[in-house]
Amino acid sequence: MARMKFICDTERCIECNGCVTACKNEHEVPWGVNRRRVVAINDGVPGERSLSVACMHCSDAPCMAVCPVDCFYRTDEGVVLHDKNLCIGCGYCFYACPFGAPQFPQAGAFGLRGKMDKCTFCAGGPEENGSEAEFRKYGRNRLAEGKLPLCAEVCSTKALLGGDADVLADIYRQRVMTRGKGADIWGWSTAYGKPDAPAQPPAAGGKS
Amino acid sequence: MNTGIVGACVLALALAGCSDRAQVVVYKQGQYQGKPDGKPWDNDAFSGDRTEWEATVRARNQNQNEYRRING
Repeated sequence: MARMKFICDTERCIECNGCVTACKNEHEVPWGVNRRRVVAINDGVPGERSLSVACMHCSDAPCMAVCPVDCFYRTDEGVVLHDKNLCIGCGYCFYACPFGAPQFPQAGAFGLRGKMDKCTFCAGGPEENGSEAEFRKYGRNRLAEGKLPLCAEVCSTKALLGGDADVLADIYRQRVMTRGKGADIWGWSTAYGKPDAPAQPPAAGGKS
Repeated sequence: MNTGIVGACVLALALAGCSDRAQVVVYKQGQYQGKPDGKPWDNDAFSGDRTEWEATVRARNQNQNEYRRING
């Protein structure tokens, strides 16, 4: 069974925001809600990079852990979804999420929060596949049509990849090998730091 | 007399320990309370054929690899 994930290749992302636009259009997302957005890393500094971010469909999702009404579930494909009928719009998931994925539409006056909305990996929600109710609440269910998320499929430079994690890892590894650089992001250095950077000795006269 | 009072105090203190509760809260992962969701292959397009759905998604996955697309 596939384990669905996103990966964004920062060497390729050109900040065109095509993924953001495609997502909003495909799911008819309301104003103020951005299921996906492009952020700049080291903005204004030489070597600045852009990164497309949405729900990462965590294997151990913090939103799922903190939800007081237990409205989150994970599908067999590893997609984290939620039931909007249960959601009370408390915002705990927003505080828990390290990616800022949960979004809250403004419902009515006085800035009231509506029910949470987030990237569904184009997999809809707990309604009949392809039904009007599913589209209205969660957006289009492309996965049930045998398709992958539109943000990834529409990406012109193929910076954003979405699908089976093993396949994505293979694609990305091949890119790194072809480029001839960036190999350090695979393997030991990524997980445990770089061994060629010894700890700095304390400055003379300073506190140890 | 004094022995009785001391004994009662010791008994009271000993029993007070019985009602002591653990001070560390253990959080448990909640269970999903919402509606059950259908499988992505349970629709007209795939007629419940999981194998066909997986093959379709696998092909889509590989379409993202332009090295593979270009080189056949």
